[in-house]
Amino acid sequence: MSGFFSKQHSVAQAGYSRWLVPPAALSVHLCIGQAYAFSVFNDPLTRVIGISSSAPEDWKLTTLGWIFSLAIVFLGLSAAFGGKWLEKVGPRLTMFVAACCFGGGFLISALGVYLHQIWLIYLGYGVIGGIGLGLGYVSPVSTLIKWFPDRRGMATGMAIMGFGGGAMIGAPLSVLLMEQFKTAESVGVMQAFLVMGGLYFCSMVIGSLTIRIPPPNWQPADWTPPVVQNKMITDSHVHIDQALKTPQFYLLWLVLCLNVTAGIGVLGQASVMIQEMFKGSVTPASAAGFVGLLSLFNMGGRFFWSSASDYLGRKHTYFIFFAIGAALYATIPSMGMAGNMPLFVVLYALIMSMYGGGFSTIPAYLADIFGTRFVGGIHGRLLTAWATAGVLGPVLVNYLREYQIGQGVAKADAYNVTMYIMAVLLVVGFIANLLIKPVHEKHHMKHGDFDELDGIYPADEQH
Amino acid sequence: MNNSAESKSSSPWLLAVFWLYVLIPLSWGVWSTLKKALALFG
Repeated sequence: MSGFFSKQHSVAQAGYSRWLVPPAALSVHLCIGQAYAFSVFNDPLTRVIGISSSAPEDWKLTTLGWIFSLAIVFLGLSAAFGGKWLEKVGPRLTMFVAACCFGGGFLISALGVYLHQIWLIYLGYGVIGGIGLGLGYVSPVSTLIKWFPDRRGMATGMAIMGFGGGAMIGAPLSVLLMEQFKTAESVGVMQAFLVMGGLYFCSMVIGSLTIRIPPPNWQPADWTPPVVQNKMITDSHVHIDQALKTPQFYLLWLVLCLNVTAGIGVLGQASVMIQEMFKGSVTPASAAGFVGLLSLFNMGGRFFWSSASDYLGRKHTYFIFFAIGAALYATIPSMGMAGNMPLFVVLYALIMSMYGGGFSTIPAYLADIFGTRFVGGIHGRLLTAWATAGVLGPVLVNYLREYQIGQGVAKADAYNVTMYIMAVLLVVGFIANLLIKPVHEKHHMKHGDFDELDGIYPADEQH
Repeated sequence: MNNSAESKSSSPWLLAVFWLYVLIPLSWGVWSTLKKALALFG
């Protein structure tokens, strides 16, 4: 593809600072992170016709629940299938398309609210917006890794931290806009969608216009690649399709899936769990505060752990997540039984920091194992582990809880077995991480391979 | 090639403005969440 959005036109000129790339990535991730705050629209959307209370023709919560689910499914699908295209066209066009999809998804959804047609919201926010989510999530990752070969973890941590931060902006922004536009005839959702669609589109386009890919053979000033190579960091490259033929891909898939399953399972139940474990001393308002605190640790952990992985090594970082995580999950029930709420909160916050860290450290782990050339596309495909965990985690926790209550276990104790099972999942993750070895050199790309890559030509091989 | 010229050529104002552009809304979001979190200790 030629023109302004082409990969060739987004190569940085001399003098471009690599420190412009993280805010470019953040201006996308801070927008798409709004997805995790979509639930603030649920209640108003059940009152679009009735306004003050739900009318019989109004949408039910179960109907609305599909909007977020569709968005996450299409996030996973577009990240998995769009990754190869991303490597071909570069981050600028991918981020622009993501902006059109995510911003446009809001506009179509606004029309859906106006016409009271749920299928338009499914199509708008769920399908088209979901595609924007997936493309936006993976688009800056490989570019960041190429600009920061000396601090891969920190660089991707900054962007992926933005996804956590996006929910923190999206929730109060949505509430603010709905309050502003609320009238006797409207709950304000349609207008909020229109404004947010416009704002997010502009912000993501700014990111798209600012991002640049490094010139061939670029490396930071005053930095030389370490002479004694870490065996777990390759300087070769594995093609996206070839990566799927390696055991390392599936082990890393398992590592991400298990870390996320454990975290997402308890995150969704955090509010109910603290209220049931400390009955009488935790109000719904303070439980909501607890969830807010966890969001902060989730976001902070994304930056802290991935930055720390630059020094600890990626494999050791995941060993920490799994070993300490398993111990923490196993300890939480006794904290609940002992009535020690402060320690319960601290342990939970630590778990959430490692849950976030799991997301942000994985791109750098992939770059270490498969090389930097196709890391964006490989990362996209690995995100199917996230989509799987998104279903598995809550289902596992809910099913186990219902089963135990059905067996006569007290509600306050019903989470204990769940926490122990989550700890076991982390032990399995520990073993999967232990089995990860460098990729066999038969999977590495050779120079001549570039001609056969159906259009994927790395920037430094085009001349 | 390396970017030894980057610090000389890039406008520090552009960098500062772009970082503020993302950090201000992020700080607002963190502050809003922190206010909610304080209810846990209230």
